[in-house]
Formats: sequence, structure tokens, C-alpha cells
Amino acid sequence: MYAALWHVLPGPWWVRLLILIVLIAAVLYGLLFYAFPWISQFVNPQDVTVG
Amino acid sequence: MIGVLGELLITAGVVTLLYVGWQLWLGDVIYGAQRNAQGQELSQEWEQQYQAATPSATATPDDTAVPDEEAPVTVEPVILPEPADAETFGVMRIPRFGEGYQVPIAGGVSRPRTLDTIGIGHYPGTNMPGEVGNFALAAHRTTYAAPFNRIADLHVGDAIVIQTADGWYTYRFRTLEYVTPDEVEVLLPVPQVENVPAGERYITLTSCSPMYSMTERIVAYGVFESFTPGAAGPPASLTEGVTA
Repeated sequence: MYAALWHVLPGPWWVRLLILIVLIAAVLYGLLFYAFPWISQFVNPQDVTVG
Repeated sequence: MIGVLGELLITAGVVTLLYVGWQLWLGDVIYGAQRNAQGQELSQEWEQQYQAATPSATATPDDTAVPDEEAPVTVEPVILPEPADAETFGVMRIPRFGEGYQVPIAGGVSRPRTLDTIGIGHYPGTNMPGEVGNFALAAHRTTYAAPFNRIADLHVGDAIVIQTADGWYTYRFRTLEYVTPDEVEVLLPVPQVENVPAGERYITLTSCSPMYSMTERIVAYGVFESFTPGAAGPPASLTEGVTA
């Protein structure tokens, strides 16, 4: 899967690396600021006053 | 095919570990910075309002006289009406927790509406800042920016300052207590004493104990010291620094 992605990307190796880094950064941003806060509503189901 | 499955599983594992790291540490850093920024914004907004409300504060010659040696401000505190659920009415500052510590306080102690999203929650039915009785608050000790993360680091006499649209309410930390979660008597007008009308003004901060657990509660008590109206400028309790 990741090997295929590497082959699909255009340009010399350093351009591909750059694109990959940007991609990883975008995925991390999406996880940290959107996915994880959303998941966290379901992870700790006890509706207590303080945790 | 197997290779792809393996890579997917590894990715899922890495994401799960990332989630744990986020929940226990990175999320607090991100949320904490956001809460402090929100608190600071509110605080600055109010300070502009204080100044707008007193345009001629420097006009009277009396004010240029040397102020009394640390004269305690003995102004009768303004008592706010109890806020609606999730309505932000104050900002908490505790110099012990650092200069940047400015966490919004809102009504209610529900997790989805106040504690997870705004910061510190006010127990409905308890008193308001400066009021005779008990001003009782709750916040997370871990996760969701963890406003009360360092509650056990408070020293006797540390300032706990609540800023509202009217001014600053200074409380002084007195003592810590550990209780089981069902001991709601800590929220009484006189904490832990039933059927006694309050004669003093208390603040009660509640959070979870031990850290990352909900088996007990840690409770910090403080007593009211003074109210500083907005026009008088920030109280000394904010600038005096903390003892080591």
C-alpha cells in the first residue's frame, strides 16, 4: 500500500518525500483537531461531574 | 494482499497510540492553550469595559496622591446572578499555576457542555463569587486541558482570583481534602457542615483523585479576601508573585 503510494507520486525522490511529509502533516492535523476530539466523546462514557 | 492488510493494521496501531498520546498529553497542551487564549480574550474585553465605564478616573487630583500602603480594598462585592447552563461568566487566575493561567468559568458541571468544552464549571445552586456561602466549582484534573491539574500544588495563602465583568474577587487557598465522590457535603454553604447558615464567603474547587482515576475527589477550600472593582485596576493578589 505505502510502496504503491510511493510509486504513484511524481518527480524525483526528494519531491516525493516532500509530498509525503505534507500528506502526513495534513493527516496528523486532521486527527488531532477533528478526529480525536470527536472520538473522545465516546471513549469515556461515564457522565460524571469531574474526570 | 496480505501486505496491504498488514500495513493497514500497523497504521491502525500507530493511530491508536497517537490517540492515547493525544488524550493523555498532547490534547491537554492544545486545549490548555485554547482555554487560556479564550480566558485572556475575555479578560481583556472586560478590562476595556472597566476603563470605558470610568472615563475620568485620572481627572480628580485626589487620585494622584500616593495611595495608602497596600490598603486592602474593602468594597462590597458585586454579586452576579447565577449563570445559565454553559454561560461563561468569569475567568479564573491562579498565580501559582503560572502567568498564562486564565481559564473560563461557566455555569453547570455537565461534561459535554461545560467541563469538556469550556473549562471550569460552577455547581448550580451554590453561591456566586463574593457571596456569603460557598462558591463551588469543578474541573478536570486530567484530560480536556485539565484546568485543575496542579490543584495539589497549592500552598496555604495562594491567591485564587476570579475575574468577572465587574472586577476581581480574590480568594486565599486554605486546605485540601480528599473525599469519596458521594460526599456532596463539600458543596454546602459551610462546606462539610450541615444546617448551618453561612457567615463567611468560601470557594470550593473539586476535581478527580487520584489522577487518571475517578475513585475519589480532591477538594481545595479557600476563603474570600477582597473584591476589587474593575475601575480600580488589577488587585495586588495578581501581581505579588508566589512564594517558592
